[in-house]
Amino acid sequence: MEAQGQEGEIVSQFWIFDLILLVFLVTTAVIALRVRDLLSAAMIFGVYSFLICLLWTGMGAVDVAFTEAAVGAGVSAVFLISTVLRTSRKSSD
Amino acid sequence: MELLEAIVDGMNYWIFIILMMIGLYAMITKNNLVKKLIGMSIFQTAILLFYISLGVKEGATIPILPHYYAHTSQEEQGNLVGSSDQAHAGKEASSATEGGKEKPSVAHAGSPKIDPNRFTNPLPHVLMLTAIVVGVSTLGVALSITQKLYTEFGTIEENEILDQLKSGDD
Amino acid sequence: MKALGLIAVLGTGLLLLAASRDFPNWGDPSSPASSYRLSRHFITQTINETAVPNMVTAVLADYRGYDTLFEAVVIFTAGIAVIGILRRYGNRDFIPAGGEVHLTPKQPDLIVESTVRLLIPVIQIFALYVIAHGHHSPGGGFQGGVIFGASFILLALARDLRTAQNWVAEKRMLILACCGILIYAGIGVLCQLLGENFLDYQILHRILPTDPVMARYHSILGVEIGVAFTVTAIMFSIYSNLSSNGQMKEGI
Repeated sequence: MEAQGQEGEIVSQFWIFDLILLVFLVTTAVIALRVRDLLSAAMIFGVYSFLICLLWTGMGAVDVAFTEAAVGAGVSAVFLISTVLRTSRKSSD
Repeated sequence: MELLEAIVDGMNYWIFIILMMIGLYAMITKNNLVKKLIGMSIFQTAILLFYISLGVKEGATIPILPHYYAHTSQEEQGNLVGSSDQAHAGKEASSATEGGKEKPSVAHAGSPKIDPNRFTNPLPHVLMLTAIVVGVSTLGVALSITQKLYTEFGTIEENEILDQLKSGDD
Repeated sequence: MKALGLIAVLGTGLLLLAASRDFPNWGDPSSPASSYRLSRHFITQTINETAVPNMVTAVLADYRGYDTLFEAVVIFTAGIAVIGILRRYGNRDFIPAGGEVHLTPKQPDLIVESTVRLLIPVIQIFALYVIAHGHHSPGGGFQGGVIFGASFILLALARDLRTAQNWVAEKRMLILACCGILIYAGIGVLCQLLGENFLDYQILHRILPTDPVMARYHSILGVEIGVAFTVTAIMFSIYSNLSSNGQMKEGI
């Protein structure tokens, strides 16, 4: 029973961490879509990917988190930035 | 406290719905093609989040067996895990010491010796891992189409491209 | 348009919220997805059947080998599609796109160059470690391949695309991508030639000096190497095409 109680405590603390992550996640998603400068949007999308990678680590999906850290926060942000620099940087909405 | 638990339980499902709505809204209403693609990626991560959420188990650890399992003999493994249907990570050591009974060693097959409830479901992880890498490749294709449109029309705003197409028809 | 989109999105969201009440409880070990015997089999029997402690790697490369093979083919096709979309042949005039692109070769910067020179070997060794150690820790062909490709992307970002192209020419990269797919499919065909099903690695113990279980273990490594080749080559190929607008002359 004692072990159970301790575990419950750990779980509830983890949920606070989880909640903070989720709030940041929604915030970065909204900012990435609202900001007018596409270069900033690409960078903030990288931040979003890294936050979701942290969330997956918390869920125990380490392989998925590793892939997301390498792909989402690294390569896809670079792809977006190279396209933005090759086309136009301004967005109308 | 029960309300808190209900919120905590539902929170992860709600977040995937919220992210999916953000992504879908961006895909429908945004004018800029790069913004549309960012919305598509957010939509995609929402789907991945849902799948990963289905594989989560309370009190379970990552789906990688500790080295202990790989390097102990089959009998020790039987003693270690066979008695721990409810046990979590902390009880390994105690149940390992108390066991003494001999089990027939079946090489590379046989009855379940590892408690499935102690490890997260690996199947959604596999599906989503490949989906992420395929997603970035398709994002590359979409971005290359965006660049092609820019060299043709000189803009990546959807309404301006449509205007140019209409005036070209007349 | 915006109002219509908002209505559609809110409708979808409300339907999903209503449906989410039927989902299993959060983290419930007896939810249908977790209690089905397939997932139980993967968790309990992977170590006995393949000797791989990381279940994700084992399921990825062994049990769901077909799936992963064709995911690798999708990545390969995406790389070819990017080249096919962006590349222009003939003497059509190239419209320089955007104002922000540096079309003159960059002057080498001492700090950036030294940092990159130190970092790239470390990144590449780490990528090889991730590929080779995917059996025992998070990692595998996809992650290692992306990291290896990122090391070339870093070189192209820090110097310019031409320097990176001198290191690894585009043609060589595409040959590498083809080799990756061929390694993967070749292991499957080898199993067929020995009289088993496609991608059933057990039979490889006849040509490998091991027992059937370790044959699966080593074949998973071979498959991961194939995937890593393809992913490395395609990631760098997509980057170099996107950053040079298909011209492969000047990067960003």
